[in-house]
Amino acid sequence: MAEKIDYKSVLFNPFSKNNPVIVQILGICSVLAVTAKLAPAMVMGISVIAVLAFSNVIISLIRNTIPTNIRIIVQLVVVAGLVVIVSQLLQAYAYDVSKQLSVFIGLIITNCILMGRLEAFAMANRPWASFLDGIGNGVGYAIILIIVGFFRELLGSGTLLGFQVVPDSFYEAGYVNNGLMILPPMALVTVACIIWVHRSRNKDLQEP
Amino acid sequence: MENFNLFIRSIFVDNMIFAYFLGMCSFLAVSKNVKTAFGLGVAVTFMLVITLPINYLLETYVLKAGALSWLGPEYADIDLSFLSLILFIAVIASMTQLVEMVVEKYSPSLYASLGIFLPLIAVNCAILGGSLFMQQRDFPSIWTAVCAGGGWGLGWLLAITAIAAIRERIAQYSNIPAPLRGVGITFILTALMGIAFMSFLGIKI
Repeated sequence: MAEKIDYKSVLFNPFSKNNPVIVQILGICSVLAVTAKLAPAMVMGISVIAVLAFSNVIISLIRNTIPTNIRIIVQLVVVAGLVVIVSQLLQAYAYDVSKQLSVFIGLIITNCILMGRLEAFAMANRPWASFLDGIGNGVGYAIILIIVGFFRELLGSGTLLGFQVVPDSFYEAGYVNNGLMILPPMALVTVACIIWVHRSRNKDLQEP
Repeated sequence: MENFNLFIRSIFVDNMIFAYFLGMCSFLAVSKNVKTAFGLGVAVTFMLVITLPINYLLETYVLKAGALSWLGPEYADIDLSFLSLILFIAVIASMTQLVEMVVEKYSPSLYASLGIFLPLIAVNCAILGGSLFMQQRDFPSIWTAVCAGGGWGLGWLLAITAIAAIRERIAQYSNIPAPLRGVGITFILTALMGIAFMSFLGIKI
């Protein structure tokens, strides 16, 4: 490819301006399902960063040999192979978390962020740029997961990473945890609030 | 009778979108008007009904611990379940491509209305999620898999059509704060409908 790619914007744009979750609206399922507590949200974020970066590199390396007709199957098999590695690693070293995440580690395969990035970026760019793009989008996804997980755990159970944050005197004064925050619908509302704040700061993203 | 109950349960109580929040990406992207939303819903139902039984057969006769014992006693202690993700997704992706080709050949009118959605379906979490739930819950027979697939598919169809209808109205008649327009308000609508669907949780069938 002759034109020069601006590596910096490839890496940093997905953090906020082109965030995969709140701007491109990709990969919502897992955001809702794994963010009831902060710890699984972080593990999920790290797994997605790893899978996204390496599948981008692999697809980018073999992009000229894939026949267009079956490219979706090829992409899915590459991603599935990486996800199996991640899920076996989690079962070996972080069994409790992998039990909590249950089917959602498997569902990384169908996380639309992966297919979207592979299709839109890795199929047309060189491995190093694809690697940076994977890292950038993965981190953008992880940021949202962590924000949502933070608020849901703080308001829903009064803890962060399992440690109690809200002091006992609050509970004695009549403060009650909001049980609704644990349920998946409130994750949708939290994401909606993030979108609201983000779009009122970036007016060009607003829809007519 | 048991399968019929499971079918009804899968539509309302275990609704893919409002109870598990699976398949949200295409749900949010394609729910701008009722007609296309309905088309995608039909396609998803169709794929669930086809892939769930196939994956059930794979699971029982190839992947489960000891599933290969029909080949002979020496195969009885092989456990291939770590391969299930790759095989399930391969089945789903190839079925999508196959169905696309068949529909294109024999029913061009259906292809014209459904065609653009078929590639999208391979990466719809609801389809893979259905197969993974099937694996997790140990379905007793292939008919259970067919009924659950049909129920989940119809539930998804119901959800996306309902949301599309609400979105059509909201875009015309209401004055939403500018940053929330479009996706933002759809998130909140989905959340409210999810809370409404929770009332089905108490029903025992």
